[in-house]
Amino acid sequence: MENPYLPYPVRIDDIIVESEDRNLKTFKFVFLNPEDEKKFAYRAGQFAELSIAGKGEIPIGIASSPVEKGFIKFTVNKAGVVTSHLHNMQVGDVMGVRGPLGNSYPWNMLEGKNVLIVGGGFAFTTLRSSIIYMLDPANRPKFGDISVVYGARNPGMLLYKDELVEWEKRDDIHMHITVDGTDDPDWKYNVGFVPPITEQKAPQGDENSFAIVCGPPIMIKFTQPVLEKLGYDHDHIILSLENRMKCGIGMCGRCGIGRELVCKDGPVFTLKQINQTPREY
Amino acid sequence: MKVIKIDKTEWTKGLDALRGDYRLFGPVKEKEYCNFKELAKGESPELDMPNTRLSPKSLVFPQSEAMMAYSLAPGEDQNICKEVPKDYSPRAILGIRPCDAKAMVLVHMNFDNGDYQDPYWLNLYNASTFVGQACDKPCGTCFCTSAGSGPYNEQGLDVLLSDQGDHYLAKVLTEKGQKLMAAAGWKSEADGQALAGKKTAAETAITSQVSTDRLKSLDTMELHGADFWEDISFSCINCGTCTFVCPTCWCFDIQDEVYGKRGVRTRNWDSCMFPIFSVHTTGHNPRGTKLQRLRQRFMHKLKYFVDKYDQGIMCVGCGRCVQQCPVNIDIRKVCETMNSLDSEKFCAVQQGK
Amino acid sequence: MIAYTEKIRETAQRLLKQCQVEMVIGFRAGSMPMMNEPCFIRKPEDAGQLVWDSNCGINLANYLTDRKEGKIGIVAKGCDSRNIVTHILENKIKREQLVIIGVPCQGMIDKRRITRKAPGEILEVIEADGQVTVKTATDAQTYAKADVMQSNCMVCKHRNPVVHDEMVADPVPEQTDVDPYEDVKAIEAMTSEEKWKYFDELLAPCIRCYACRNACPLCYCPTCFVDEAKPQWMGKSQDPMDVRTFHFLRAYHCAGRCTDCGACERACPVGINMRTLTKKLNKDCLDLYGWEAGLSLDSRPALDIYNPNDPNEFIK
Repeated sequence: MENPYLPYPVRIDDIIVESEDRNLKTFKFVFLNPEDEKKFAYRAGQFAELSIAGKGEIPIGIASSPVEKGFIKFTVNKAGVVTSHLHNMQVGDVMGVRGPLGNSYPWNMLEGKNVLIVGGGFAFTTLRSSIIYMLDPANRPKFGDISVVYGARNPGMLLYKDELVEWEKRDDIHMHITVDGTDDPDWKYNVGFVPPITEQKAPQGDENSFAIVCGPPIMIKFTQPVLEKLGYDHDHIILSLENRMKCGIGMCGRCGIGRELVCKDGPVFTLKQINQTPREY
Repeated sequence: MKVIKIDKTEWTKGLDALRGDYRLFGPVKEKEYCNFKELAKGESPELDMPNTRLSPKSLVFPQSEAMMAYSLAPGEDQNICKEVPKDYSPRAILGIRPCDAKAMVLVHMNFDNGDYQDPYWLNLYNASTFVGQACDKPCGTCFCTSAGSGPYNEQGLDVLLSDQGDHYLAKVLTEKGQKLMAAAGWKSEADGQALAGKKTAAETAITSQVSTDRLKSLDTMELHGADFWEDISFSCINCGTCTFVCPTCWCFDIQDEVYGKRGVRTRNWDSCMFPIFSVHTTGHNPRGTKLQRLRQRFMHKLKYFVDKYDQGIMCVGCGRCVQQCPVNIDIRKVCETMNSLDSEKFCAVQQGK
Repeated sequence: MIAYTEKIRETAQRLLKQCQVEMVIGFRAGSMPMMNEPCFIRKPEDAGQLVWDSNCGINLANYLTDRKEGKIGIVAKGCDSRNIVTHILENKIKREQLVIIGVPCQGMIDKRRITRKAPGEILEVIEADGQVTVKTATDAQTYAKADVMQSNCMVCKHRNPVVHDEMVADPVPEQTDVDPYEDVKAIEAMTSEEKWKYFDELLAPCIRCYACRNACPLCYCPTCFVDEAKPQWMGKSQDPMDVRTFHFLRAYHCAGRCTDCGACERACPVGINMRTLTKKLNKDCLDLYGWEAGLSLDSRPALDIYNPNDPNEFIK
């Protein structure tokens, strides 16, 4: 019997500091055993448990995209015991990864549709995975219009800055990058919170359009009415939830909200599903 | 299905014969209560008792279990988790009650959920042959018949024993059960006629009845927002006793325990009653109040589970939580309260929530 | 004791009707023999729910910490009232918030002691005139109440509430010929090996359910030391070292504050007598500082203040 609790050993191949306060780092992992990489075949939107022996495990969204081979990437915010330890690790150190876990964004449902992506802060990780997946030449024809609204508190807190600039130049994706505020005179993009920028720039919703929203609870709270105004139905608004997790495979019981388990039945849910369960997340 | 007669004079001899192939587990008296333990050589299970204090879930789901080990010292294997050796040799669980056996069947659905399988729980469960004992003298707190089980219920059992005074009638239910009976040398077939009458008598002896018929059709959000939770949860002290003695509770915590340069990743029982069960690293706690936690427990057992698995409630009516809650919160009362929720009265208030 | 029920109901009803309190915390009848359930009532017409008998061993002061209501009525026996005093001194509730309905207590029945004596499932327990009758399906036995009380009640020297706004009956005489620390002295007299074995066996059945901690009115820390993660002080499994650390350290946190109400032992599902630990520390506080917890609103607890003539042999 396969043991779903046993992590695949990985080596840290690269560490990039993403934010100017140094609390966000992107880790690039390489599997020690090549067969493990095959077993780790994942879809955009899934997460994995990063496992540090002696410290514990943390559920983190996969930032790399399934079309990127040979490595996996995670962007981790320093917040607690495990993340602090991870932030102090060096290139070459060994740790473990368990996954892929969770249900991913509903790619089958999104095929042939227009996709609006709304992201805030460091919740943008799985959205990066999704954008790279959709922009891949093999996949781009499968989708209609792709629009992205991504905001952070200030320019220094934006993730994947180089890639954002590259995407902005493309004509097969509409990027609307924004910051809450900045005193940088050379800032070329938008200034404003994500919800009003979404209202101004995002395309109208209809039965062929879906919105994927990923960000802090407060951003989701104020973005939801905007999306409704733009015409996105509740079952066309897709959210990725967070909750306290341990096993990640639907057995330890702590991430449950109502009858759903965020780690297994989620973390991706439509707004319609979420409205039918207690708000205990 | 065969029925075998085991004279009580042959009982110990059969147990000794079993020891060659199985590790034996059964109720053992400790101070004033019985609990399931491994039977020492020559020790017989205590079968004439109401039921064990703690449920037998610890036989397949130990309170604290090592999952894997690792070394933190620099070297080839640093930080790599490796499985620890386990003993999954065959075991015979003697004297488990039908309610506890059914509980294992319900918990099985959690540890083998279609996408993942828990090797620790499943290996112990599959290695076990369950020799159940029917309850002819149920307690006043037993309500198994309302919870989808019963004193002669056969789910989860490989053999069902019924005490007939000077002998047991053993109904062999599965191949595993047959194998065990053969290994023990218990083979005199008998007529199982007496069993039907005993079953009816035992079921009639259950005095505690609980209604669960409306739980499936009631609306989750209405139950969640009902006004009776404050009254029910006031006395709760969030001690976790109910979850620890309950055979259908399965929540666990994973912890890394470190001893110098080596460590073990263990899993321990956890409880939704504990305040830190759901707390996020940021400090945000979706169930920060006692009311939310208590409501979660009863909603999970009596509503979410019903909706998710369509196998009835996540309770087998063993009555342990009723007997041991220090403040006498009674799941039977809570179930009746939930079951009789008046939807029409609620509708007007719901919009505000 | 039974007469108390009427007086408690009458008092609660009057306090609620006159809007002197927003809620009254007391007990209502339980669904099991020898059990009552702590409850609260907000309406005078619900006062009929309240009961009082010798099965009210749970300490209601446990439900007072950090309550925001402006005025709360609470039924309190001797030990409960001492815990209320401790809560007030430790700023967990204000005296002005409380209307204390004092109950002179004559001891609570020990559920475990009776269950041990009974030959089968107990169906009913009736108390009358100092006698307790226990009925099973097959027989009925009567015991003198004094023989089946909780062990802390048997040696209690503070049966009357030390602070109250109302009293449901006249004070009862305090017991004077009892030694509350007899069992502690017996352990103190043991050899090192005997003590080790005693405590090893005492704590072996612990399943880390924390019922003892949760039933205790003194344990109100927002995050208990066993739940801390940054840093994590100890493991969470049943490693004997961790189990002992939890119990010993919790006893130390209750040193000089514990009123020996017995709620911890009542709550424990596996029958551990952890009062042995807190009683030893209570005895030490009495011997060293002449201090007993919660007797007066006017004196600060022993571990809170320093007196020049405190014994300090540890400084040489």
